[in-house]
Amino acid sequence: MDKKSWPLWEVFIRSKSGLQHKHVGSLHAVDAQMALENARDVYTRRNEGLSIWVIPSSQIVASEPEDEYIFEAAKSKVYRHPTFYDIPDEVGHM
Amino acid sequence: MTKSINIAKLEARFQAKVDAEQKIEPKDWMPEAYRKTLIRQISQHAHSEVVGMLPEGNWILRAPSLRRKVALLAKVQDEAGHGLYLYSAAETLGINRDELFEQLLTGKAKYSSIFNYPTQTWADIGTVGWLVDGAAIMNQVMLTRTSYGPYARAMVRICKEESFHQRQGYEILLALSQGTEEQRKMLQDAVNRWWWPSLMMFGPSDAESTHSAQSMAWKIKRKSNDQLRQEFVDATVRQAEYLGVTLPDPDLKWNEERGHYDFGKINWDEFWAVVKGRGPCNKNRLKTRRKAHENGAWVREAAMAHAEKRAARQKEEGIA
Repeated sequence: MDKKSWPLWEVFIRSKSGLQHKHVGSLHAVDAQMALENARDVYTRRNEGLSIWVIPSSQIVASEPEDEYIFEAAKSKVYRHPTFYDIPDEVGHM
Repeated sequence: MTKSINIAKLEARFQAKVDAEQKIEPKDWMPEAYRKTLIRQISQHAHSEVVGMLPEGNWILRAPSLRRKVALLAKVQDEAGHGLYLYSAAETLGINRDELFEQLLTGKAKYSSIFNYPTQTWADIGTVGWLVDGAAIMNQVMLTRTSYGPYARAMVRICKEESFHQRQGYEILLALSQGTEEQRKMLQDAVNRWWWPSLMMFGPSDAESTHSAQSMAWKIKRKSNDQLRQEFVDATVRQAEYLGVTLPDPDLKWNEERGHYDFGKINWDEFWAVVKGRGPCNKNRLKTRRKAHENGAWVREAAMAHAEKRAARQKEEGIA
């Protein structure tokens, strides 16, 4: 029989108000509503969440680990950090 | 030629990363054998959680009080959850859920042999929590530091929840230990039957363990089977004394020189027999899993068909 697998969803949970949603894992569900319900049962059995995001895994666009060079430009720009600048101690905290 | 040089280079980079305690993530390059080992180990672990629901589910309807029943229900739900965290981690390695189920149901993939033993009395439920979960925790705490990121993260979640499992088990046994003569006998009988299989959960001794050396080098495992087994024995003896039960091993005694407990020889023939399918419940466990999977097929198909139909209708209405 031709059986179709349930699509994979990625789950993001906001654990407390004031914090951002954080990726916690994935699950299978037929649609968004079921994905939300399953996420509640799988990932928030002990009040770990106030809010859930689910997104079809196929919709995530990701950079590739071998494309490390995309981060190269920032590495040489030490002058973007506060410690690059010398301020005398007498000035106090800045 | 260039290809093999490239692979050697990639392997060296991979190993350097592992040695530097950096986690490997799903899209990172990894040796094929590392991927295969992880799929085997994580899925075996997931299957163990799922099959592990069966011996405990056996007692939900017979739990002696509402307090015990809600605790056991919550524990069995957790096992399902743990299975799902782990399947989700395994899937990041490029295998899908249906393949994983297929491997379990056809017997191609193994699960922990401990779940091929029956839970005969209520004391078994307490003992499973205390000893079986206790042994699993030793292994799982180690795995929170495993080199594969998604597996390590799943383990952190699981460990947070396992502590409840062990404590509820021990509490069941404490109640029995303070009960009637008959209840104390039931407790001792359960410990007699579960002690050795619990020690076997750590797997063959280091000398016999085929995958161990490579898994240690890849930092999938961080401690050897014998090391974990020893830690478990050391931690458990005092808990047994407090319960007033005897661990069924005449050779079990404190070794001042080693700073550890010595213990007797494990019956590896029994271990291998159960691994190879000749344990008391192997056939029954797989049969039950298969039946549940087959009986659920129409639900899975109907839910999918319903979702597709609704999506199509919404699309149509959107256009109109």
